[in-house]
Amino acid sequence: MDLFLEALAWLFSPEQYQGEGSIPQRTMEHLAYTAGATLIAALVAVPIGYFIGHTGRGGTWVVGITGAARALPSFGLILLLVLLLGVSERVTASLVALVLLGIPPLMAGAYAGMQQIPRATVDAARAQGMTEWQIVGKVEIPLSLPLLLGGLRGAVLQIVATATLVAYVGLGGLGYDIIQGIPLRRFDQTIGAALVIVVVALTLDGLLAAATRWVTPRGVHQGRLADVRARDSLSRTAPVASAVASPEKEITQQRKTTP
Amino acid sequence: MEWLLANWELVGSLTLDHMRISLIPIVLGFLISLPIGWFAERVPATRGLVLGGVGILYTVPSLALFMLLPPMLGISVLSEANVIIALTIYAVAIMVRTVADAFASIEPRALRAATALGYAEWGRFFAVELPLAGPVLLAGLRVVAVSTVSLVTVGVLVGIQSLGYLFTDGFQRRIIPEVLTGVVMTFLVALLFDAVLVALGRVIMPWSRLATQPARAGA
Repeated sequence: MDLFLEALAWLFSPEQYQGEGSIPQRTMEHLAYTAGATLIAALVAVPIGYFIGHTGRGGTWVVGITGAARALPSFGLILLLVLLLGVSERVTASLVALVLLGIPPLMAGAYAGMQQIPRATVDAARAQGMTEWQIVGKVEIPLSLPLLLGGLRGAVLQIVATATLVAYVGLGGLGYDIIQGIPLRRFDQTIGAALVIVVVALTLDGLLAAATRWVTPRGVHQGRLADVRARDSLSRTAPVASAVASPEKEITQQRKTTP
Repeated sequence: MEWLLANWELVGSLTLDHMRISLIPIVLGFLISLPIGWFAERVPATRGLVLGGVGILYTVPSLALFMLLPPMLGISVLSEANVIIALTIYAVAIMVRTVADAFASIEPRALRAATALGYAEWGRFFAVELPLAGPVLLAGLRVVAVSTVSLVTVGVLVGIQSLGYLFTDGFQRRIIPEVLTGVVMTFLVALLFDAVLVALGRVIMPWSRLATQPARAGA
């Protein structure tokens, strides 16, 4: 526990808040890497994910890429790209690595968000006389937002965590004090920096979780459409009653929940 | 390729280290998350709390967790236990939600039928619930396995020998083939673990292949 006290002493000593390499500066660097990489990843991944989700073609492709990306060691990817592009291009190389990490979850979120919309809903919009662009803009995108933001949350989580490693190639960010402190055995510094990283990561995740709730349209729960006019009890305690009331309904509902 | 041929012994021994360090968190994580996830699903009041809690654990970046665990547990930062415990925590964080989903996916009718046939609580769990939850559990375990194998490499920053050593050593000596070998080998170990899990699933749960076929209308 003494180490935690020393870490807090390090964390709150005034010299950490001024000059080169101060905690606020490291935090801003970290947020800048994260925001930049997330933005570029979103610009690439979301249109592709939407396109695949809208047309329904290439879905297995998305699933495959998302799975394979998980097996890629992000730390190795950063070092490899820095060596390949040259140490002078280490900012670009690190950014490319972070973008590559952010693309799969964002693409999967955009794809899943579009793909889970029932055909009947889209057909209903078409029957109302909406043009294809209106369907995309007014029906499909709003209904896909909860899952898209879920993907964004996954991407940000990945990128924030991996951005701690770019300090190894000589960049800044909140990982700097840890990576520089380990060989020096400055554990007050490494633990203090780790605490800041945890606070930053949890804050970003909490904000995105709140945003997900905020964009969820009425009648959509966890990315699944629910009938808001007459909500049936789906609880386990009443399946017999609902089965007796409408045997068809229970069967269709259960089929829906098994992917 | 030349580099690999000259250093295959190093790569081989690092690969074995890597597999050993990955295996423990995968197995431990599965065993720990099974009762937690089952409980969260069984007692709905705790579901939000438990899943939210493990969600927070997963949000903590690995490098930060490697720093924070040792002072809490009284172990050395540079010990293998540090990395293994941290990765077990991530495995639990990923797995608990899947376990809860897996048990939730069981049809209540099957459970009622089992009870009607005379299964008691524990007997029903092992003979009915666990096998029916099996396919979803396997899917979660595959995610855990692959991400654990990839995360082990970060352990090199706290001095733990794994394929991650090829990253730092290759980077400092500017040997691109060495870093590339590390990335490719980590990827291959992850694929190997995944393939073993799929094969195990086929042997233990021969019925799960039927479930992956599209359900016929009216079935």
